[in-house]
Amino acid sequence: MMIGEMSEEKGKIDMDYEMILARKPYSLCRAEKRELFGDWLTELTEYHRQHCPPYEKLLKALEIPSGRSMEEEDIPMLPIGLFKSMELMSVHPGHIFKTMTSSGTKGQEVSKVFLDTDTARYQQLALAGIGEDFFGDQRLPLLVIDSPDVLKDRKMFSARGAGILGFSIFSSHICYALTSDMELDTEAVEGFLKRYKDTRVLVFGFTYIIWKYFYEALAIQGKKLELDNAVLVHGGGWKKLISQSVSSDEFKKRIYSVTGISRIHNYYGMAEQTGCIYMECPCGNLHASVYSDIITRRAADFTPCEYGEKGIIQILSPLPRSYPGHSILTEDEGIIIGEDDCLCGRLGKYFKVTGRIKHAPVRGCSDTYEG
Amino acid sequence: MTNLEKYDQLFIKDLRVKKEDLEDLKYRGISTWDSMGHMDLVTDLEEVFDIHFNTADVMNFSSYEKGKEVMKKYGVMI
Repeated sequence: MMIGEMSEEKGKIDMDYEMILARKPYSLCRAEKRELFGDWLTELTEYHRQHCPPYEKLLKALEIPSGRSMEEEDIPMLPIGLFKSMELMSVHPGHIFKTMTSSGTKGQEVSKVFLDTDTARYQQLALAGIGEDFFGDQRLPLLVIDSPDVLKDRKMFSARGAGILGFSIFSSHICYALTSDMELDTEAVEGFLKRYKDTRVLVFGFTYIIWKYFYEALAIQGKKLELDNAVLVHGGGWKKLISQSVSSDEFKKRIYSVTGISRIHNYYGMAEQTGCIYMECPCGNLHASVYSDIITRRAADFTPCEYGEKGIIQILSPLPRSYPGHSILTEDEGIIIGEDDCLCGRLGKYFKVTGRIKHAPVRGCSDTYEG
Repeated sequence: MTNLEKYDQLFIKDLRVKKEDLEDLKYRGISTWDSMGHMDLVTDLEEVFDIHFNTADVMNFSSYEKGKEVMKKYGVMI
């Protein structure tokens, strides 16, 4: 390839990123999105082939021909477990700006996700776009239901740390609700509540941590916080709560009982595709934004499911450029309910996550805490 | 202290850089100006200059020079 051609190619892809990042996050209808994602992910598959030798080898072994124009459904997908067993990157190691890890449970291997400055920027802008759609563009005081220790290691972020940092762009003042020992920091929380008594605030944390170290601590102490003005955003998976038979409705009810928070949004997302999270709308559905898409597949033959049919979740996003994570088969199951016609008005697919696939190694997305 | 001096001082403190490196400094250009360094810097600028950035401007604050433009939007001439 000539140098001129190469810069032209890079120029076009860069333009695509700027175009999509400048768009409103729920503004692409099905036809537009299919065309954009088919072309873009085809190009990205070629790009990663050329820049990530292990990826090229994998596609060769799977006999996936190069240079073919693909629809979204045809884009080869990597099983999410591969990010644990292999170090996959499409840039020179010297250009890695941050390495992100999924926090696996003890004794398990963690995924490693390698970010250069471009990919880190795309992810942050995507999250900012999604957050703005849900909470507006004024940054709110943020109560993080976690310990500040999560951010101790700056070079290697866990998914938990990355989530907190990601959400801190929506916040003006951060208060950590838990101490290093994961105890409720009553003094800090009360100070925060007093200071922002009549202000809208954001509360963020991982589902299991909120439940175990915030909700249970408050419930045991018989305490009720005045957080009626707050919006709670939580993510990181349900599996630990499902094993304790806590449903989404139960979670909302109990959180309300100790805090008065009625606006509660769950989100679905993972370290392997950071930024483009799937937020739960007021109708209770998770939404794919313009920065990513989902497909559900049948376990028997991996063909795409119909809407309403439960299947294994595949996530696709053009944002991962420094590593071949643009098409990943997760270990979660879900149901796509529809596209472009959720009552909340957001365009794009909307869905529910129903749980983990059978036999998948139990993995902490970000909800794991060894304690 | 002038606004420029205050502005420079916060960069030097939060991003642990030297004065002579300031001019070419870009967000994610050095390891200390990562998202964590960025949030420290933004918080300190807001406090010292008594302003409040919106989310878009936190993202627009992408370099030492670009930051001056963002500050101007909030009525702070650097």
